[in-house]
Amino acid sequence: MANRINRDQVQHVAGLAKLEFTDAQLDAFTPQLDDIIGLFETLSEVDTDGVEATSNVSDQLNVMREDVADNWGQSQALLKNAPDAARGFIKVPAIIDESEDN
Amino acid sequence: MNYFKQDLASLHADLVAKKLSAKELTQATFDNIKATDPKIDAFLALNEDAALDQAAKVDAAGIKEDQPLAGIPVAIKDNIVTKDLTTTAASKILTNFNPIYDATVTTKLADAQMITVGKTNMDEFAMGGSTETSAFKQTKNAWDQTKVPGGSSGGSAAAVASGQIVAALGTDTGGSIRQPAAFNGVVGMKPTYGRVSRWGLIAFGSSLDQIGPLTRGVKDNATILSTIAGHDEHDLTSSTQAVPDFAKDLNDATSVKGLRIGLPKEFLADGVDEDVKNAILAAADTYRKLGATVDEVSLPHNKYGVAAYYIIASSEASSNLQRFDGIRYGYRAQDVKNLEDVYVKSRSEGFGDEVKRRIMLGTFSLSAGFYDAYFLKAAKVRTVIINDFKAVLKDHDFIMGPVAPTPAFDLGAEIKDPITMYMNDILTIPVNLAGLPGLSLPAGFSNNLPVGMQLIGRPFDESTLYKAGYAFEQSTDFHLQVPTLGGQN
Repeated sequence: MANRINRDQVQHVAGLAKLEFTDAQLDAFTPQLDDIIGLFETLSEVDTDGVEATSNVSDQLNVMREDVADNWGQSQALLKNAPDAARGFIKVPAIIDESEDN
Repeated sequence: MNYFKQDLASLHADLVAKKLSAKELTQATFDNIKATDPKIDAFLALNEDAALDQAAKVDAAGIKEDQPLAGIPVAIKDNIVTKDLTTTAASKILTNFNPIYDATVTTKLADAQMITVGKTNMDEFAMGGSTETSAFKQTKNAWDQTKVPGGSSGGSAAAVASGQIVAALGTDTGGSIRQPAAFNGVVGMKPTYGRVSRWGLIAFGSSLDQIGPLTRGVKDNATILSTIAGHDEHDLTSSTQAVPDFAKDLNDATSVKGLRIGLPKEFLADGVDEDVKNAILAAADTYRKLGATVDEVSLPHNKYGVAAYYIIASSEASSNLQRFDGIRYGYRAQDVKNLEDVYVKSRSEGFGDEVKRRIMLGTFSLSAGFYDAYFLKAAKVRTVIINDFKAVLKDHDFIMGPVAPTPAFDLGAEIKDPITMYMNDILTIPVNLAGLPGLSLPAGFSNNLPVGMQLIGRPFDESTLYKAGYAFEQSTDFHLQVPTLGGQN
């Protein structure tokens, strides 16, 4: 394996992406990601000196509109898809880790 | 209902003449889906009660001659939101998600009084080329149930090809309409970026995604695209360009006379199956006989498309998929200690492996220290690829080539090998990077499996592709051959 990315780096990227992997998953993912990053590195063969980057191909630029408030009136409907809700709000677990001493 | 013997125009004529009611047509469509879907598993959800109610209303109002789509059933890929109809993008993380609004495209189809019969299976979040990354079921190829239907719009393509439905919507980020259309022997259009509103499309790669139709014939495809296209204030990348009636001028098989067609030598390079090559060379001869010229041209950077795409699309996906965090909708992990746990466990349990792989690749490509070498480099290579197309399309009306290097492959054959799977997209991806329109249509067979041809046009020139597709269709009989699934034919 060429080691373009190692197991620790994969774990670091997983943290950034809010994902977690078991040891077995890390064993499988690390060489796969390494191979794919190897494919990415073939781009270094292309001379891009002085080439502008393309971030989008839309023909619409700087579309402006009036900033008008619009009430969909659907807050109750939105809550139907929430995993947990009470009194018109979405419920989530405590932000502070309950296992911490404080 | 035998959709192999009907198209939109003939169904419309029967509905206007009251030989058939919308309700009868819709009921027959459900009966047909229920009879054939155990074999191909194209649908994730059916909309039976609401669809039959809507069809009855259309019947009650009466179908007039200027309502060409009224009362005709349509299927929608499951990454397009449909109000009150479960929409999952084939992901566990959206199990039981019921949208509270309709996508612009489904609103436009409803305004045309089409009847949405259900949601079609796909690769999870449209990430895949075989519909095998769906969290829910495995769709099979309409021609051979041991083969993949292609992807990610595999459900839509198999549903149309097997005669379950006359038209379906798909989405295409790197080939996801064109490749399954090719694998199932139907017509699929990836419109110009901005031609169709993405409002209500669950975002994957926002600078690449487009919604488009899958149908059995070119004319039907053109009719549906005219209906769903156009500027939308909800999608600021949707174009204000006028939308032609694409189907109107499709009546002349000689309309390609005098056109210049480019056939890139890279599209017939090593790795492209011999039968696929021969089908495209035969198609080039067909166009020559119809009075067009076909020149060998070059897209020298085509081979870098896959690498550039998997950086750009994965980067955009890693950003777009941050919204799936277990808070507002979708799957939330149980047994969590704190909010961070909700995010990490909901995402880790809710996403499948391919989606995680893309999120990881994107997060890596955008991360500190790697952004310049990966994301920025890919965005520059994207410019180089766009310039290749511009150079060819300056003096050619369109480009022709295969859709995929091979016909449909065996179920399970490539799913364990991401790079092999990614390389299947080598002929479709560059079109998304450049935002161009691409039409896939039947052009031959290889061992009883369909082979597709791809026509690539100038921005917003879907008209030329439809004319050329129609001319080809009128000169060949590939589109008339149908699979024997269910024995309906």
